[in-house]
Amino acid sequence: MTLQEILSPRLGQALRPNVWDAVALVLVIGAMVLIVYGGEQTALPLSALDVDPVTLDPAHLPAYALRTTMRMLLAIVCSIIFTFIYAALAAKSRRAEMVLIPLLDILQSVPILGFLTFTVVFFLNLFPGQVFGAELACVFAIFTSQAWNMTFSMYQSMRNVPKDLEEASQSFHLSGWQRFWRLDVPFAMPGLIWNTMMSMSGGWFFVVASEAITVGNTTVTLPGIGSYVALAIKQQNLAAIGYALLAMFLVILAYDQLLFRPVVAWADKFRFEQTASASAPASWMLDLFRRTRALRVLTYPFAALNKAISNLHIGLPGRFKTATRRRRQPSRIVDAAWLAIVMACTGDAAWRIYRYLSATLGPSDLFSAVGYGFITLARVIVLIALATLIWVPVGVWIGLRPKLAERIQPLAQFLAAFPANLAFPVFVVMIVRYGLNTNVWLSPLMILGTQWYILFNVIAGASAFPTDLREAAGSFHLKGWRWWIKVVLPGIFPYYITGAITASGGSWNAAIVAEVASWGDTHLTASGLGAYIATATEAGDFPRVVLGIAIMCVLVTLFNRLFWRPLYAFAERRLRLG
Amino acid sequence: MPSPNAVFASADQEKPMLDQLNQASLLDIRGVCRSFPKGSGEELLVLEKVDLTLHSGEIVGLLGRSGSGKSTLLRIIAGLIAPSSGDAKCRGETIMGPPNGVSMVFQSFALFPWLTVLQNVELGLEALGIDSVERRTRALAAIDLIGLDGFESAYPKELSGGMRQRVGFARALVVHPDLLLMDEPFSALDVLTAETLRTDMVDLWIEGRLPIKSVLMVTHNIEEAVLMCDRILVFSSNPGRIAAEIRVDLPHPRNRLDPAFRQLVDSIYARMTQRAEAKTPAIEGIPGSGVGMILQHVSSNVLSGLIETLAGPPYAGHADLPVLANSLQLEADEIFHLGESLQLLRFAQLSEGDLMLTDAGKRFAHLETDARKKLFAEHLINYVPVMGLIRRVLDERPSHSAPVARFRNELEDYMAEDQADETLKTIVSWGRYAELFAYDEQAELFSLENPH
Ligand SMILES: Nc1ncnc2c1ncn2[C@@H]1O[C@H](COP(=O)(O)OP(=O)(O)O)[C@@H](O)[C@H]1O
Ligand SMILES: [Mg+2]
Repeated sequence: MTLQEILSPRLGQALRPNVWDAVALVLVIGAMVLIVYGGEQTALPLSALDVDPVTLDPAHLPAYALRTTMRMLLAIVCSIIFTFIYAALAAKSRRAEMVLIPLLDILQSVPILGFLTFTVVFFLNLFPGQVFGAELACVFAIFTSQAWNMTFSMYQSMRNVPKDLEEASQSFHLSGWQRFWRLDVPFAMPGLIWNTMMSMSGGWFFVVASEAITVGNTTVTLPGIGSYVALAIKQQNLAAIGYALLAMFLVILAYDQLLFRPVVAWADKFRFEQTASASAPASWMLDLFRRTRALRVLTYPFAALNKAISNLHIGLPGRFKTATRRRRQPSRIVDAAWLAIVMACTGDAAWRIYRYLSATLGPSDLFSAVGYGFITLARVIVLIALATLIWVPVGVWIGLRPKLAERIQPLAQFLAAFPANLAFPVFVVMIVRYGLNTNVWLSPLMILGTQWYILFNVIAGASAFPTDLREAAGSFHLKGWRWWIKVVLPGIFPYYITGAITASGGSWNAAIVAEVASWGDTHLTASGLGAYIATATEAGDFPRVVLGIAIMCVLVTLFNRLFWRPLYAFAERRLRLG
Repeated sequence: MPSPNAVFASADQEKPMLDQLNQASLLDIRGVCRSFPKGSGEELLVLEKVDLTLHSGEIVGLLGRSGSGKSTLLRIIAGLIAPSSGDAKCRGETIMGPPNGVSMVFQSFALFPWLTVLQNVELGLEALGIDSVERRTRALAAIDLIGLDGFESAYPKELSGGMRQRVGFARALVVHPDLLLMDEPFSALDVLTAETLRTDMVDLWIEGRLPIKSVLMVTHNIEEAVLMCDRILVFSSNPGRIAAEIRVDLPHPRNRLDPAFRQLVDSIYARMTQRAEAKTPAIEGIPGSGVGMILQHVSSNVLSGLIETLAGPPYAGHADLPVLANSLQLEADEIFHLGESLQLLRFAQLSEGDLMLTDAGKRFAHLETDARKKLFAEHLINYVPVMGLIRRVLDERPSHSAPVARFRNELEDYMAEDQADETLKTIVSWGRYAELFAYDEQAELFSLENPH
């Protein structure tokens, strides 16, 4: 299973932004404003929270790690449930699809870290004075970092279910509900699992950022690896940072060995290929389960439950159930009404945004925010270019050596989970000691975690490069730069693009953490949109946070649509091998 | 042929006795039309006024060229799509959604890759809400019947094509349908496997061991139709309609070498070429002519090769289609398609199941590469109107180039999108061979320049 198979369809969507994107953008920002507004109205003292203070004693670390793990697990479960419902709605209802899919696209580009403040306030207000609210806020933050790509993957799979299987299930009278569980879900499974793994990696970044969050002059701290790291940074405790790293590594390893590997090996049967693959993924954990009767018995209730649920006779409305008598013309009136509702909501949201922002901000704020946006954009471009120069050759070199590639892939995946905060000490100390320019030297933090996406995609591409083409190139004595330009680079280009898109999206998000770094009492700031949002958050200046997030949303969306997607479409059209 | 009905009664007690007394039709199709939206937004008529009645105890074949609408008709009967007009009834009830008692075998097998053989077979029973004990018994019986013993727990991807299609059969049979629909069930299989499956199927049928009353199968293979069917409905194309009905009274098991069998095959060939003759030369008026002529892609290499073969011994310019098809290992459908392309270009002529080279064709066979290209170009311009059009446009424009979209739009006034794609592909390939124009795939541009 490669990333491409899973990412490709969604990127093949409309290239240029259209009216629905604008609608979605306004709706998303409108919702933010509502939440912020609500938060400001009920300013409860957050300090009322009764939380055990976090300590740096490594003995507590296992307990912290466990709590962090549980949060991530809870978030992933929420993401899966959300994915099933949202993707099913979007795939089965044309009208829902019109709004839901652009919405998802915009949500994907919302810098979640910047939004953290609002959600914390929001959830704390839901459960005043209880840790539960803060826990929910944290889980929600992780959820928002995980859900979107999973949902996209599921939606795309559901829209691309092979026609003959669809007809077979129809012809054998499967109910809509049965079809969902017997056809749609299994077909979507490989993509969903892959995306879930990616989300899990990405989630670490947000766990670390969201367990210890400062809003105005209150700090909410939930016991966990993230808050442990935050405290270690504050107290300049290098050893603690090391412990945290180790704990993270072990947790990721455990997740991989005990959860993901077995699931991937098990899900191999869902791969939609008519031929058995030579090397099926293996997992000792799954083998253990399959061989051990006692363990296997544990799974029976789940299997039975699954069977019972999927065989329920529930009629689902939707596309696939169209009673086939006379093609039904979609009702114009209902369409118009639906459109009117959507537009009314959008108009209302636009008005609210305007009112909220214009109360405190003027056009000059807009210009300065956009200016910062372009600075960050420049950073992203330069960093991606640098990462490309470094990791493409390395990735090709590794990818052409299958044994090595097999070992490096999981490592790259681990590194992708690496939160930028953990590197703060190194960067801050270096910058201060040598008096370096923060605008330049803080930038690499942005790409610290995301560059690995480029690496592991290039490795995947090079591994998949057909041997006969390589041999042909060899027999024509193609060497040196010619070999790169004519043979390898075109071959890995589609893979590279997929990796670069992910890396670029992640870097925008990371800007909020990376453009302001601190180590103990030393706070360094680079100018850019990320720092703009981070500073506004710390000051509790909500209108500026909203403005910054909105600008980032727009820039990310435009950058994706105008730059990455055309490239991707080109790669798909011209350079896809086989 | 022994009527299998008597045996069915015992295989299928739950069906009311009435059904057997009532020799009325299982399936009744009256004046069914179906159209699909064309690229230009208008409708393309695929099926026109199709009438069809199916009784218990017969295997009926729908025989026609690919693209003639056979699958469309089968899907209407399966309740997967609705007719645009006309009336489709199954056991007296208008078909709305997949009817009970009808199941389908797919050309692509359509097995669920994540389910084992047994689970695949059980699927249809689960949907019917049959309890698990009976489900298991019936599924195992079907698996046994169809020769899949021992493969119950295998996944489809571990099976060969032939075995997969057996699963497809078992899955369709296990629900004990009255009517079994099959859409080219053997065409994705290799020759030997297909033959084994066909004979197994016919054997089971004449022994009365299949829990079904009637079979409707789609095929473009003439011999397959003659081998298996009691009745063959020959489909014509553009729009699809039933052009002839042929009874096959040969006793089972049928022998392909039997003179009566050969004669029947020959006569069906002749019948199908008659329509091909009628269709191609007329240029104006009928769909698929003029600029809107639907071209199907055949590589110029294949055309040259065929002309050479025809010109050489033993044909000397005149070949019997079934013989030619056999010696070239081509399906009837493919050989028609080739013959028509040659006829369209006036290099050969189809008549009464024969293919004869024209004078131009004979000349072509003896020319060198460059001269062949020239002759080919001449014929393209003269006989393929859209080629002439493209060439004229390119000549007239000062830039000597024109975007493909310009012609695609025009084509889509006449045909569906996929047909326009196919036609354009043919245009590009033939045009390039004949060096009539250059084509830049990236810019989607025709031009007169030679690529450097
Ligand atoms: N869903 C569809 N939309 C548009 N055109 C279709 C559709 N299904 C079939 N057609 C067109 O109908 C014609 C007949 O198709 P089909 O029934 O599959 O032919 P056959 O099975 O005889 O090869 C073809 O030209 C095809 O392009
Ligand atoms: Mg067909």
